[in-house]
Formats: sequence, structure tokens, C-alpha cells
Amino acid sequence: MAVEFEVNKREVWDGNYAASQALRQADVDVVVAYPITPSTPIVENYGSYVGNGYIDGEFIMVESEHAAMSGCIGASASGGRVATATSSQGFALMVEVLYQASGMRLPIILNVVNRALAAPLNVRGDHADMYLGRDSGWIQFAAFNAQEAYDLALMAFRVAEHHDVRLPTMIHQDGFITSHTAQNVYPLSNEVAAKFVGVIDPIDDMLDFSKPVTYGAQTEEDWHFEHKAKQHKAIIDSVPVIDAIFAEFKELSGREYKRIESYDMEDADVCVIGLGTTVESARVAAKEMRAEGVKAGVVAIRCFRPFPYEELRTVLENCKSIAVTDRSSPGGAMGAFYNEVAAAMMTSQSRPLVTNYIYGLGGRDISIENLKEIFKEQQANADAGYITTDIQQFTNLRGPKLSFFKTDRS
Amino acid sequence: MAVEQQDLKLKANANRGLSQLEGGFDLLGWDEVTQGSVLPSFDGDASNVAFQKAEERSYSGYNSYTATVASWRVLKPVFNIDVCIDCQNCWVWCPDSSILSRDKQMLGIDYDHCKGCEICVEVCPTNPKSLLMFSEYADVGEALASWPEKKKKEKK
Repeated sequence: MAVEFEVNKREVWDGNYAASQALRQADVDVVVAYPITPSTPIVENYGSYVGNGYIDGEFIMVESEHAAMSGCIGASASGGRVATATSSQGFALMVEVLYQASGMRLPIILNVVNRALAAPLNVRGDHADMYLGRDSGWIQFAAFNAQEAYDLALMAFRVAEHHDVRLPTMIHQDGFITSHTAQNVYPLSNEVAAKFVGVIDPIDDMLDFSKPVTYGAQTEEDWHFEHKAKQHKAIIDSVPVIDAIFAEFKELSGREYKRIESYDMEDADVCVIGLGTTVESARVAAKEMRAEGVKAGVVAIRCFRPFPYEELRTVLENCKSIAVTDRSSPGGAMGAFYNEVAAAMMTSQSRPLVTNYIYGLGGRDISIENLKEIFKEQQANADAGYITTDIQQFTNLRGPKLSFFKTDRS
Repeated sequence: MAVEQQDLKLKANANRGLSQLEGGFDLLGWDEVTQGSVLPSFDGDASNVAFQKAEERSYSGYNSYTATVASWRVLKPVFNIDVCIDCQNCWVWCPDSSILSRDKQMLGIDYDHCKGCEICVEVCPTNPKSLLMFSEYADVGEALASWPEKKKKEKK
């Protein structure tokens, strides 16, 4: 029988600690891990909760992240509640197995503390690892602070394990800025959290000897396409479940989550779209721009997959110029996030101007001043009625201005 | 004589090898395929299968027991019951569970699942061997008729 771990109504936790407490309260059965900076404390803390008798679970250290996710698959296919954490290079090594987990529809929870991908080697936060997972068939939630990292980690179990969903789910938080900054966090009591998350009701679990099953079938051109299509449809169809669980959590905690969050958007002419800790900076910048007479707003993507196209189109419909911020090196294209937003707005009645800013790679800071500059450029676009800059620009980068691709106005 | 003995009830194949893996099933739409491509091995409650003989189990259409999966074999093992000592070595080593044995009596080869890897021949301890590889198209009767004689120990 597990020992009671005391939590106060208000705690001072960093994002890592908050996520690990969610794993404890969700009574995770198995964590298979190969720790990596900056996500190490999540699995390390889980290990100590097991070691100190606070959870009746298994903490399994393996030889690589590839093995970590493979172990999670075995534990999840057996019917357990399973979670782990990783970052950056570790995430990259997990990628092959991420596709296995989603293809087998195993509700594993992965806490991703976002960090840049080498080379050059870098331990700081950007979203390169998150983008690497964007086609992997996982649901992806983004937390912008420690409280959200905790809340979303709890809710993720409900979403992933729901019988209408059965998809692995990631919760992203920014490396160091969220993961290592201690903030006020208001956790649920152990009892309330346990009741909210409930007990996993497995499907096709390998420990059910009355129904032996094969995991990891081979399908060639005559079957593979149908299986992947079914998986895609499941991600799309997870939307009502996500919304219902967000609503239930609001009832419980008073904290409201939406698949897209919007701030000062009711009458906004210009806006910045982003995710992660940048959202809070952008909200400050938008307030300052409003003081200068610019109707500025901020939109944040909470649910990166499934991507909230319709909700985005609705909230941006009356906006004139939109700056989409991508914190990942785009490798010879527009940022992925820009492409999603452009796809949503291409089909709107208003067809607003959409521009792309690459920022903050390898943990480079984005300041309020940077963001105000971006708002000002959007206002100039809105006034001119066309995109006055190159469509993609790098911001807060040393050296000559780096940008490309112009609107064809000939 | 040997051929007849091999053909006795040995296959226990009421449900075996009925379909080809390629195109043997109805091709289902995306909304009908199993979730996560997880395939149940049996129809109905299978709690008791460990105590049932293979031919008594209700293998599902997803289980390869019901399918022929040996189309690419080029050499096949032929079993000679007259030489076999029922040591079960081949049964233990076969990676495809394709040695048919019942009550520790060697019965023959499951040609619907054997891939022709030759391990059974390799581990057979009799002299001459009770299992030998022949062309996939060789007649079993002719193969048995051409079985080699016992090798005598060479004197030093």
C-alpha cells in the first residue's frame, strides 16, 4: 500500500516537478526511461516516488530512448498505465518507436521538455523536437507554464486512454524556461486527482489470456493504407473527447483550457500566433501595443495535433495581418506552424495576410521589443493591404537580415 | 509402406492451410480493419486453448494457422518414419512449429508453414537421418525410395 504524499493547496514547483507529480497522482504503473536534459527530473522523481513507497509502480531504466519507448509499448500493450519523458536527441532516437506506439493505438503519455536538436549541440529550448513528432500520430498538447504542464499531464491520461481515442499523447513544455522555473502551482488534492484520472480500462491487453492477440502485424500495400487512414481518423475524431475532458477539468479546478487560446482577439487587427512560453511574452507585448493604439492580440495553440483549423479560422476571421512564429529551423521551407495557419486561413472568407517569423532557436530569447516589432510590421501590412516584408523572416538573429519569399504583386 | 504411414491422420488439419495470405481475406475498408492492427488469434473465449489440441482450437481468420504461408519454400524436408527414433529434437528446434508430433510420436511435416530452413535435418541424430531435404517438387514416395543406407563407421 502506497504511502500518502502530502501536497499543499499552493506549491512552488517547476515544470518538471509539476509533471512528475501528475505521474504520481495518476498512479502510473510503469515508467520506462532513459533520462536526458532538461526532462531528467520528471522520470527521476517518479523513480524516487516508487523507491520511497509513494507509488506502487515500476521504474525501469534502459539503455536508450529507443529502448525506453519500446519498453513503454510492451507495458502499455500489457494493459498498464504508462508514461515517460524525454527531450531533443532522446526524442529523435525515440521517433521510430513513436510511430509504433501510435500505430498500435497504445495510450502512452510522453512528457516532452522541448530542446533544440544538434548539430551544433545545444541543451536549450526550441521546438525542433516537437516538430519532429508532428506526423507521428500522437496527440500533442502544449503547456506554457508549470501549472499547465501539471494540468495537461493529468488530462492527457484521460484523453489517451478514452476508448473512443486510444492514442498516445505528448505534453510539451519549454526546456528550462518552463521545466526549471519554479512558479506557483495549484495542484489537485491526491484524492481529487485520482478520482479525475480514474483507473485505466485496457483494450486488447496482452495479459488477457481469454483473448490472445498479436501486436505488430505486417501489412503491405493491400492493408497498410487502411490502417493508417483509420489511425488518422481517430486523431481527428479525438476532438470532442478532448473538449469534454477540458470542460470536466474546468468544473473541478476552475482552470479553463481550449484547443486554441486567444487573448485580446475580440477586436484585434493584428496578432501573433505561437506556443510555449513565448505566448506570455506576446501577451505583454500586445498590451503595450494596445497602449500605443494598435489593436493587437495573441493566439496560442494548445493542441498542436489534432490541429484546430476550424477554431483558428473563426478566431482569426476579422484579423487583418497575422504573424505566425515558428521556433524550429525550417530547413528550406516555411515554418510548419505557418503552413498550418496558412492552410486554415486560405479557406476563410476574409483571407487575411499571413507572415512567418523564425525565432528563438537553441533557446535564444525573444524579447517584448522583438514581439512589438513584429506587431508593428503586421500593422504596416494591415495598413498597406499586402505583406510589406518578405513572407518569412528570421528575428533576433545576428548578421545581415535573413528572409525569403515575397507576395507576387505583378 | 512408409508413405502410407505418413499420410495417416497426421495433419490434424481440419482448419489448417485453408487460405493464401495474399488476397485470401475479404479486403476490408479503413473503417472495418482492427484498431491498431491488433489481431486476435482465436474466435471467442480462448481461456482454455493451452489444454486443447491444435485441431480443436477455434483459430481466427487472422491467425496464420489457417493460412498457407510457405509459398516461397524451394527445398522441403521429407520425413522417413522407418528411421526415426522419436527423439523430438526436430520438434524442439523447428522455428515455425512445423514438426507434427503427438504423444511424442513424430508424425510428419506441416508443409503449410514449413519454410524449408533445414534445421530439423541438421539436428536429426539418426543414421541415416530421418529428415532430408528434397526439391519442393520431388515426389515423397520417390524421395523415400531413394533414402541413403546407414553409414558404417570408418575404421581407422
